[in-house]
Amino acid sequence: MSGDTIGAPRDYLQAQIRWRWGEIVFWLATLLPFVLTPSYLVLASQIAISALFALSLDLILGFCGIVSLGHAAYFGVGAYTAGLLSKWGWGEPLSGLVIAALAAGVFGYLTSFIIARFRHLALIMITLGLALLLQEVANSASWLTGGSDGLQGIHTWPIFGRFRFDLFGYTAYSYSLALLFIIFLVARRIIHSPFGLALRGIRENGARMPAIGAATRAHVRTIYTIAATIAGIAGALLAQTTETVSLEVLGFQRSADVLVMLILGGTGRLYGGLVGAAVYMVARDQFSGLNPQYWYFWIGLILIAVVLLLPNGILGGLSLFTRRAKEKP
Amino acid sequence: MPPVFGVLFDGLAYGMLLFLLSVGLSVTLGMMNFVNLAHCSFAMLGGYVTVTLMNTLGWPFFATLPAAFVAAAAASVVLERVFFRRFYRASDLEQCLLTIGIVFVSIAAAAYIYGTDQQPLQLPSYLRGSFTFAGLNFAVYRLFLIAIALVITIALVAGIESTRFGAQVRAAVNNQRMARGLGINVDVLFAITFALGSGLAGLGGALAVAMVGLDPSFAFTYLIYVLIVVSVGGLGSIAGSFAAAMVLGISDIAGKYYVPAVGSMLIYLVMIVLLMWRPLGLFGRR
Repeated sequence: MSGDTIGAPRDYLQAQIRWRWGEIVFWLATLLPFVLTPSYLVLASQIAISALFALSLDLILGFCGIVSLGHAAYFGVGAYTAGLLSKWGWGEPLSGLVIAALAAGVFGYLTSFIIARFRHLALIMITLGLALLLQEVANSASWLTGGSDGLQGIHTWPIFGRFRFDLFGYTAYSYSLALLFIIFLVARRIIHSPFGLALRGIRENGARMPAIGAATRAHVRTIYTIAATIAGIAGALLAQTTETVSLEVLGFQRSADVLVMLILGGTGRLYGGLVGAAVYMVARDQFSGLNPQYWYFWIGLILIAVVLLLPNGILGGLSLFTRRAKEKP
Repeated sequence: MPPVFGVLFDGLAYGMLLFLLSVGLSVTLGMMNFVNLAHCSFAMLGGYVTVTLMNTLGWPFFATLPAAFVAAAAASVVLERVFFRRFYRASDLEQCLLTIGIVFVSIAAAAYIYGTDQQPLQLPSYLRGSFTFAGLNFAVYRLFLIAIALVITIALVAGIESTRFGAQVRAAVNNQRMARGLGINVDVLFAITFALGSGLAGLGGALAVAMVGLDPSFAFTYLIYVLIVVSVGGLGSIAGSFAAAMVLGISDIAGKYYVPAVGSMLIYLVMIVLLMWRPLGLFGRR
């Protein structure tokens, strides 16, 4: 790397943003389910949605160091917004998605003022409390949300008026995957911008960043709002493709699951959430086929094993492995 | 029965239960900054030990309480030696994940052994029912719960304030490095405190069965309440945990009683407002 010229930071960011072969192969591989496992496209669309949700958590956890145990709140706001719109007679998916994203974004912006003030345990507890509070609100406002019975009567119109949501999930997977890819590009651009570098600075040392003149809290608010918006889109996708919304979209379980997926894949790498979501969802699908009740036994063991053996997730382990392999000769 | 008194009484009993469940976590968190989300799994273990000993082996209720304490403490020592000690210097997040993993495994194991139903528990006759005193109605079991919790609180405070061990614990909570520098073996101290705290959780779990029931989801449901108590009370503060447990217990019961529509959200609202007012908890100093 060229040392101390004026252009060095710019060069560094330019080098970061270049596409690598592995990335291109990864995105081509996401098309494989259409050919190899057409009967699993419904699962594939669920994976894409979870991956999007995990990506949004990665933006705040992996790049900004905000540990959230209540990220499902924004997922749920998006899901309920899209579901309610459709129930009230506007089932057009793309505009529904935009409105759901706006709703989650506004909620994220409002709560970001609270989030940006705290760190550590208080932060974890406040994120958890906000999500639980929202779930209770949704539960008691059953005239609006259907309460514990879930939201009934959602019908999503065909995309562009042409592509219907079929039983096999062709449209659902194409739609989810396209959105995942577009939003991934946006996230990738954000992370490799000077703003993204500032976020990593906050993650590494939140006390020193203000000292070099970075507007720490404003940065945290911005990225938190962006992450909430993306989580809302993921929620809206789930509502539109499955045509149901239940209280579970806001639950602690969902917040914990997405955290597990992200950790499993590896934080702070953008792809970590994607890989983690795929591994987690496929494993859950396989294990729950065997004995659904004990799925959590295995996920618990996986968590313990990941923390003990692969502290940086699957991708962290892989990169360590390839680096060692390169150093050997 | 005047409703105000009834609500206060029930809230007090519930708060005492929350206090027993959470005090161990508060002290260990304050000492080692170790986020042990598996704390309520030890409580659940205590509950299942009591249920099993009573229903299968026919032990008397009182004999099962020490057994629940010992079982939870022993299990915590094993986990501490095998897993937790490697993670004292790890990040919050890694500690959270490791212990959540243990929670998942414990829930699945409980579901495997006992099924997902609520566990039946037949209290001895002298702990059932209620009596009226000075025009006020007292449920015997709740009174018993309050009495036990008070005795334990007094013993804890006395132990922490006036024994050599307690002084060492206070020193380690205040400043772990300084305590090490003075020659206190913080690791051994922590292992003992951890076992005691988990044992208390086990006892709390055993006492909770007759009041709030027991099924495998206990480890999660009460984890949230315990975390609320600990974070609101302030890490490492017994008085703080006690105050927070009372405030939350009474406000939870009062909320459910007076405003059932918003009752179940009140506890979260109280927590968020208290934490925004004092991020380190009511009695937190760091």
